[in-house]
Amino acid sequence: MPTKPDAEPLVSVRNLKTYYSIRGSFGDRLVGREAGQVKAVDDVSFDLRKGEVLGLVGESGSGKTTLGRTLLGLVRATDGSVMFEGRDITKLSERELRAHRRRMQIVFQDPHASLNPAMTIGDAVGHPLRIHGLVQGRDQMRRRVAEALEIVGLSPAEQFLDKYPSDLSGGQKQRAVIARAVILNPVLLVADEPVSMLDMSVRAKILELMLNLKHEFDLSYLYITHDLATAKFFCDRIAILYLGRIVEIGPSAAIYEEPKHPYTQALLRAIPEPDPLRTVPRDLPRGEVPDAARPPRGCSFHPRCPRAFEICGWETRDLRDLLEAHWARTGAEEYEAERPLFGDLDSLSASNGVAVRVPARAGATGGDLLAILERVRADEPDEPFWKGVRAMHAGADALEIEWNEPREPRLVASGPVEVECHLYG
Amino acid sequence: MSDAPVLSVRDLRVHYGTVRGTVRAVDRVSFDIGAAEVLGLVGESGCGKSTLGRGVLGLLPEGAASDGQVLYGGRNLVGLSPRQLSGLRGPELGLIFQEPMTRLNPLLRIEDHFKETLEQHEPQLTEREIRQRSLETLGRMGIPPTRFRQYPHEFSGGMRQRIMIALALVLRPKLLVADEPTTSLDVIVEAQILAILADLKRDFGTALLLITHNLGIIAEACDRVAVMYAGKIVEEGPARDVFADPAHPYTRELLRSTISLETTELHSIPGAPPNLIDPPAGCHFHPRCPDVMRVCSWKQPIDVAPGPDRRVQCWLHGPEAEIPPGEAAGLEREEIAVADEA
Repeated sequence: MPTKPDAEPLVSVRNLKTYYSIRGSFGDRLVGREAGQVKAVDDVSFDLRKGEVLGLVGESGSGKTTLGRTLLGLVRATDGSVMFEGRDITKLSERELRAHRRRMQIVFQDPHASLNPAMTIGDAVGHPLRIHGLVQGRDQMRRRVAEALEIVGLSPAEQFLDKYPSDLSGGQKQRAVIARAVILNPVLLVADEPVSMLDMSVRAKILELMLNLKHEFDLSYLYITHDLATAKFFCDRIAILYLGRIVEIGPSAAIYEEPKHPYTQALLRAIPEPDPLRTVPRDLPRGEVPDAARPPRGCSFHPRCPRAFEICGWETRDLRDLLEAHWARTGAEEYEAERPLFGDLDSLSASNGVAVRVPARAGATGGDLLAILERVRADEPDEPFWKGVRAMHAGADALEIEWNEPREPRLVASGPVEVECHLYG
Repeated sequence: MSDAPVLSVRDLRVHYGTVRGTVRAVDRVSFDIGAAEVLGLVGESGCGKSTLGRGVLGLLPEGAASDGQVLYGGRNLVGLSPRQLSGLRGPELGLIFQEPMTRLNPLLRIEDHFKETLEQHEPQLTEREIRQRSLETLGRMGIPPTRFRQYPHEFSGGMRQRIMIALALVLRPKLLVADEPTTSLDVIVEAQILAILADLKRDFGTALLLITHNLGIIAEACDRVAVMYAGKIVEEGPARDVFADPAHPYTRELLRSTISLETTELHSIPGAPPNLIDPPAGCHFHPRCPDVMRVCSWKQPIDVAPGPDRRVQCWLHGPEAEIPPGEAAGLEREEIAVADEA
């Protein structure tokens, strides 16, 4: 028996990887590019303690939903382990998993899609009881379902048992979905954006219900969301995900008070706050979450990071982004004058390595390209990209650029949190 | 704004028929948008804000009826023929939707979208002028010229929304209506797009009607705010003043129930918004209002000014002459069951 029950993990995730393989397009195969895989969850480790609410926060494509589903065995892990009540979920057969699912349940984002429109609320909420053979006869089932409905606030239950989902409001439907999740007395509830589709005035009620249920039934939650504001209120600990990796994890209070990773800092600054004295922030990371099938080198966040420096993983595609951003700023005339001097830009996206030869088109010299890049640098000398460039040489028909050697960031402790960023050692 | 408004809406009503009855989606709504002003229209789902946005542009579904006035450039847009309206849409009045992918033609290059738009509305432009103007507008939205010949599917969601905004702005409209333009975007991209929209007046001299359910967006991007509830604008004024000191109990409660980084305590509004077929008598908010008075349950409130440049429809602010004696007494509210809440 554990001496400190609070500290005992309910779920232990170690080096979890979930990869999806993708089929390359005809064009990809033609040029010999590998179809490859998407590392939706890329070597993630954490513990979910008993009675804890752990938030998995990330933007679309961060892998948060895949991670939640891998935890439940709904998606097969590629590698690593998920220990839950003494068993490794990733190694269980479908049959063994089914028995486990009584102990871990999921609530999805869209309550409209989570309920079968042709099933009454009573049948839908009681369905898990039937599947697991836990009730005999209709009366017993109706009694159990009525209890569950009362618990989630759909009261008097008799009013809801025979209704169809279309008779209910969004919030009422989400209550029914939660009733269906808790009717089996699970110990873990994975809630994937449970309030994102609901109106503001309803969100608080559903979160409040979830908090009450947690205390009443001694539940633990994995709360998956893109919304740092609800997560702040709801979670004991937070893990920030970016392109399949945890970039920062720690107690909520610490993360909100002093976010360490530049990505966490950006996420927090970007949330529109209902405070009219604030204006839209202007110093946000540019661009969007890159294609997960081809994550950037080194730290995946480096191309968008305002604080990136020499070792963060600079590569040739970053040069293309730099040129494109430059031309977007300067307008058509400069673009039309400069673009013809460069050869094929697509070759920039394809090439890898710490040195690159940027070919000049016939008639132009490496010196011409160098002059353009020097102008770009003079426009924005503080652009982090330039820290990544070790040297540029103008050749007769090409510009040679050498990048600084990248280093892979690792999750390291920094005060009360762990963070995966070279700024912290 | 002291200048004449770009758009004046007066007593606009939009009704449409359903099998259950007539939905009064927009019910006698009036507001002005000043030149180069950002007006935020905020409300929960089903309050009629999207219908209002479309009604302003004459884009109503079949079977919808509207009356009242939408005054633009000395003309009343209500009652114009579809042909007259579509001539205005684009060069004068632009529209951006929530889901950009559904508005871009997947078979057309970005270049061709711009060409088609500009050729239709400004036939005097040369090829070169079309290209210059398109690239310049796209560039200001952060879309590089290298991608001009790509197809919509080659862009991310945020890029597509930038393209949609550029496509609306390339015609230099005086007014842009943006209906939940950032709802399907990630939070950092959302902030990028909001920065673009907040700068429209500076960069393009365009007025903006920004429709959203998110009070945070209103606070950060809008000069003025109109709060909509059950088909009516219940409060309107400078965003700063309304947020600092909301006059309508609905505005106040909505602000309190918004979960933000500052939230330390959960709060919600009891009950649910009414359907617009058979809304409650009197003030539509009265069954949920913590400050409800007797008069609220039977008499519709009228516009009063709780402060400079502001208006509110709530009997708490009078006018007292219109409240019969004794009717300002508090009304015992019926208990609202939890089940009715969400």
